[in-house]
Amino acid sequence: MLDTHISDTAKTLHETSNLTLAQRIIGKASGLDGEAEVSVGNIVTCKVDLAMMHDSGGPRRVEPVLQHLNAGLFDPDKVVLVADHYVPADEPESRAILELTRQWAIQRQVTFYDGEGICHVVLPERGHLAPGMLVVGGDSHSPTGGAFGSYMFGIGSTEMAAVLATGEIWLQIPQTILLNWNGVLPERVTAKDMMLAMCGRLGMSGGRYQAVEYVGSTIGTLGMQERMTLCNMAAELGAQAGLIAPDNRTMEFITKARRHNRQTQNLVGSALMDDKRANADSLSTRSTWHSTPLQLADECHDFDASTLSPQVAAPHSPANAVAVNEIERQSVDVAYIGACTGAKYTDLAMAAEVLAGQTVNNKVQLIIAPASRQDQERAEQEGLMSVFEDAGARILPTACGICAGYGSERLGADINCISSTARNFKGRMGESSSRVWLASPYTVAASAVAGYISDPRMHGDGAG
Amino acid sequence: MAVDGVSWVFGDNIDTDVLAPGQYIKLPMEELMQHCLESVDGRFASQVKAGDVIVAGNNFGIGSSREQAALALKELGVAGVVAESFGGIFFRNAINLGLPVFTPLKSPPAPTPQFRLSDIRAGEPVSLCLQQATLVCPDSGITIQLQPLPDFLMQMLEAGGLVAVLEKRFKSGS
Ligand code: SF4
Repeated sequence: MLDTHISDTAKTLHETSNLTLAQRIIGKASGLDGEAEVSVGNIVTCKVDLAMMHDSGGPRRVEPVLQHLNAGLFDPDKVVLVADHYVPADEPESRAILELTRQWAIQRQVTFYDGEGICHVVLPERGHLAPGMLVVGGDSHSPTGGAFGSYMFGIGSTEMAAVLATGEIWLQIPQTILLNWNGVLPERVTAKDMMLAMCGRLGMSGGRYQAVEYVGSTIGTLGMQERMTLCNMAAELGAQAGLIAPDNRTMEFITKARRHNRQTQNLVGSALMDDKRANADSLSTRSTWHSTPLQLADECHDFDASTLSPQVAAPHSPANAVAVNEIERQSVDVAYIGACTGAKYTDLAMAAEVLAGQTVNNKVQLIIAPASRQDQERAEQEGLMSVFEDAGARILPTACGICAGYGSERLGADINCISSTARNFKGRMGESSSRVWLASPYTVAASAVAGYISDPRMHGDGAG
Repeated sequence: MAVDGVSWVFGDNIDTDVLAPGQYIKLPMEELMQHCLESVDGRFASQVKAGDVIVAGNNFGIGSSREQAALALKELGVAGVVAESFGGIFFRNAINLGLPVFTPLKSPPAPTPQFRLSDIRAGEPVSLCLQQATLVCPDSGITIQLQPLPDFLMQMLEAGGLVAVLEKRFKSGS
């Protein structure tokens, strides 16, 4: 029943390999051919195709270790650095951290994005990711890269230093957990709602630090940024990586991103995975690696997209997810559209759809921090940014913003916030007495207009 | 047997924001670690002693990749963490930093009395033995068999963590 959505080509490929998508990528990266060696639980050493860091866990943490070892970078062309956590630098400590980050980028000659947006969004939009790559990121939402068929996972800074020095990392071959979505999503129900529903059903350790893979007919209909939202929050399921097998949409996105960035800047280039490079087969061969069929998976959970309604996760856990229309009336002080999870172009478009011609409730502060400069520019060109301004939103620089509570913008005491971000742990976005509900950009925008947490199908423009 | 320290008992979902709060993350480790776990137990950072063991429920260390969460515990002298389950990145970070982390053996051999982690009282004397993979509480007679770590990870722990392993590699020039 289940694998009706898996194409015949995929079946043939798997009949010859008997490996899950995650195992194929890891097998390739660890240089193992025999299927016996790529078996669940084995610890293998993998070659890393790309290492991504940001200003918080990056240079200031890895450089002391590199110096201690007296080690250089294994390959500066395979390192990408993004300044996002301490942007804007509005405090002395933040300024010092950013300055150190910039100096390090020059000194170590790595590709560096400064003020271009949040790492998980910048990486794919600049064409750095491709199917079949093994990528590490110095951030827990690194699984976002799985939307492009890369096995990408988050690591700490000591481990990052070791990767930078050696180009290698140890991995325990993961099990594959299929999250199988079928059916058509109703109006104003999104990948974020799917994700909250999964957190609600499976809990924050449902992923067991294994590989989750999103399969089923619903996934193919999602745009790339919606797929990124799913893979991003594989972190909240406790998975090591979240994968979606590449399809035409994936390849179109990557080709376009690479063409665009070749034309517009030479800043990239080096870390851009070119066809000449060793992993040249990324785009040709590996893009034919399809979804894992049910019989090879260790676990499978079925979900029906057609009956899903907008979700909200109550404080202080993404696993506290319930349908928006099932909660008691909950007033809102701050509505936040931000983060790699919830402020990409697609997310901004959802918010704008609700906010067009509306004004934010006078008891609510709506704050929007676009996830990347490119996405913000596109939103500007299409008039979305003026919709936000007309509605009364405050715009923050494109960066992590309030999401991690690192900068001076933080939630005050006793604030009720509805947010399009990924995490609502106690005290994460500000004072420990603040309370955060997680929801889709549609729901955040509708709640900003209503003044209380609201079903986006009942409120805002076009509501019926 | 010699007892190394006492137990500090915590529940489920002790996340990295609780272990290393974001608002103090800019501070040097000596200051950051003073805020470790303060929102769940204000006495922890000032009273924990070298050799003490953390005993916790599910999902210990879930959340961000910040390794200060594991490092703060190590710097405070914690001998190890035994929890029902761990956040995956925290688990990796802990091993890489040389902080022992264990889960109870799923199905202990028959003769072992079936103690659970939740039987351990806060503040009772405990010993964590890496080689035998046991957690022993002499006062209450509790012995908990732990899931042994794969050799690769044990070697890294015994060497003192990933940096120590790399030191050998870079010094021997391989
Ligand atoms: S936006 Fe939030 S979740 Fe995304 S990388 Fe920044 S701090 Fe992490």
